[in-house]
Amino acid sequence: MNINLTMLGQLIMFAMFTWFCMKFIWPPIVAAMEERKKRIEDGLIAAERGLAEQEEAQVKAKELLDQSKNQAAEIIANAGKQASSMVDEAKNTATEEADKVKVQAQAQLDQEVVRARNELKGQVSTLVMQGVNSVLDKEVNAKDHQDMLNKLSQTL
Amino acid sequence: MSAAGEVMTSGSYIKHHLQNLTYGQFPDGSWGLAHSVEQAKEMGFWAFHLDTLGFSFILGSLFLFLFYSVGRRMTAETPSGIQNFIESIVDFINENVRGSFNGKNMMVAPLALTTFIWIVLMNTMDLVPVDLLPYLASLIGIEYLKVVPTTDPNATFGMSIGIFLLILYYSIKEKGAGGFAAELMFHPFGKLMLPFNLFLEGVNLIAKPVSLALRLFGNMYAGEMIFILIALLPFWIQWSLSLPWAIFHILIVLLQAFIFMTLVIVYLDMAHQKEH
Repeated sequence: MNINLTMLGQLIMFAMFTWFCMKFIWPPIVAAMEERKKRIEDGLIAAERGLAEQEEAQVKAKELLDQSKNQAAEIIANAGKQASSMVDEAKNTATEEADKVKVQAQAQLDQEVVRARNELKGQVSTLVMQGVNSVLDKEVNAKDHQDMLNKLSQTL
Repeated sequence: MSAAGEVMTSGSYIKHHLQNLTYGQFPDGSWGLAHSVEQAKEMGFWAFHLDTLGFSFILGSLFLFLFYSVGRRMTAETPSGIQNFIESIVDFINENVRGSFNGKNMMVAPLALTTFIWIVLMNTMDLVPVDLLPYLASLIGIEYLKVVPTTDPNATFGMSIGIFLLILYYSIKEKGAGGFAAELMFHPFGKLMLPFNLFLEGVNLIAKPVSLALRLFGNMYAGEMIFILIALLPFWIQWSLSLPWAIFHILIVLLQAFIFMTLVIVYLDMAHQKEH
């Protein structure tokens, strides 16, 4: 257990090692660790913010969904209303058209009847005239009885 | 247990194991390696323990190299392998410094790291079988070899004197020469008891490096001694004692390094405190 110069050597060595450690070893290690710590912290903060944003977005999305649902319901209701009104209108116009067509047809029919009757009247009078002519041939002069025949054809 | 050929008594075996490889000045003025315990003694102060200096230098360089190479490849991404290990040590040191040191000094944490790892490595040499390295050394002609630097009081006192100088430096720097002197003179009992105060505080101050060095030295020396004594037993029984003692010694290795480091931090903290 001799105390000697070894002590001095050890002291110098200790000083050198400590200096080297302080200068070249400690700073980069601690810097990297600090940086990682900061990154993790930032990451956690970002995650928290993301979570909050997501919640907000969800609320917003739900709102939008509700709104659009309401709108859709409204649109459907409107469409239904419009459709029924259109059907009603179509029905009305169709009925009107049908009535018109019916009236026209009736009028045409009436005209046709009148025309046919008139035609028939003429034909009957000529037929009567021929019959009378053949029956009365000599006694009755067509010229004499013209007035009577005309009266007859008019009554028919 | 016996060196090549010659018969050794237990006493000479132990003595042989406790002798450092000494290079120094002979009484006649020439320098050289001591070839016996007596020669080493005669050299007195003007001698170096080459084994202590060599092993502590190798171990300290190992520490610096390991940490430096990892420090250069540090990544803030996911750390892996050895970086994890280094980081956990640095974290551990940082926590200790933060817990006990209240001042602002960028030097304390690296100092604590160096102290802790270096002492752990030097203490760990105790776990190398006691005869292995001295035997290998004897093969290349080295007569004495003490492999555990911390069992040499020169090593522990060298470190603790370094700490002592730091305590003095920071005491004066932080408190001013007058403040430091006042702390030594007026502290426990006021101005009237100045000599007594000076004596108490002086002892208190000197006790710091002495206790620091002797505690580490004593523990490691005792541990080494027990390993040597175990090595004197018959070879077939040695394992039954050396294994439990080695396992227990792992605890001491770490504990003593931790105590040394913690006290360094605490002493420097006291040196930084302005108010007592």
